[in-house]
Amino acid sequence: MELITGLFNYWVVVFLMMIGFYMVISHHNLVKKIVGLNIFQVSVFVFYISMSKIKGATAPILADGIEVYSNPLPHVLILTAIVVGVATTALGLALTVRIKDAFGSIEDDEIEAMEIEECVAEDVDANGKEASP
Amino acid sequence: MVVTAYALVQIRSLFAVAMMSGIYSLLAASLYLVMDAVDVAFTEAAVGAGISTVLMLGTLALTTRMEKVTHKPGLTPLLIVVATGALLIYATFDMPPYGDPAAPIHNGVSARFIERSGEEVGPPNIVTSVLASYRGYDTLGEVTVIFTAAVGVMALIGRGRSRRRKKSDDPEAPNT
Repeated sequence: MELITGLFNYWVVVFLMMIGFYMVISHHNLVKKIVGLNIFQVSVFVFYISMSKIKGATAPILADGIEVYSNPLPHVLILTAIVVGVATTALGLALTVRIKDAFGSIEDDEIEAMEIEECVAEDVDANGKEASP
Repeated sequence: MVVTAYALVQIRSLFAVAMMSGIYSLLAASLYLVMDAVDVAFTEAAVGAGISTVLMLGTLALTTRMEKVTHKPGLTPLLIVVATGALLIYATFDMPPYGDPAAPIHNGVSARFIERSGEEVGPPNIVTSVLASYRGYDTLGEVTVIFTAAVGVMALIGRGRSRRRKKSDDPEAPNT
């Protein structure tokens, strides 16, 4: 019983992480992939924060009469990570917008098909030029 | 939170996905609050639930609202995910139980931060003093990352966007 309550947080983290991972590898839509990455990321944050918690402790803000504080170091690291995460999300979404401009689609299988077509067309072009003179 | 994440996988309307990911972030923020990380909860609620959702809605306005309906993905991704998840669950059995004050993570430098930061740095909030003073270089690096990301976004969809679009409309136009 103690094993279950002690490790339940980590199991939830693993489950969320795997949902995010599944979303990244099984969906073709680029926006959905980015959302999947976000889920994955938040699960790692929850993992860090649950490691820093001490039973019976309070938030790490100094006050009189309080002896036990939760560990402040993971909180700092995760604060940094959240902001960096949003920066990378913004970059990913900007790339998505550019891809939509260039290819007219944000489904990666369609984009791949277009690229293969283009390559084939270029090959035919090059061969034609070599053959003509 | 798990239910929201599962809904995110299933929903095809990207607008609903953006809203659900906002809810997911908000739930994460309340979870941080329960686990004593008040600063992290603030940041997640403002940045994760706020700015991310706005960014996502902006992207949807510029791209498309619906995910294309495709055939069901094969079993391979599911198998990979289940295998990885099983390994991770197996790894958690070596973790210290939740809330254990003797866990190895609490033996490091944190005790000193808690003891001394009040007199050495000043503010009663230990997270603030660690962020701005003890780990100041970390924060400097974070600012660098944000700056780089901002430059990247501007390079990708800033002024160049309208020009490139013209070019792609008229492929015969000479390169300028």
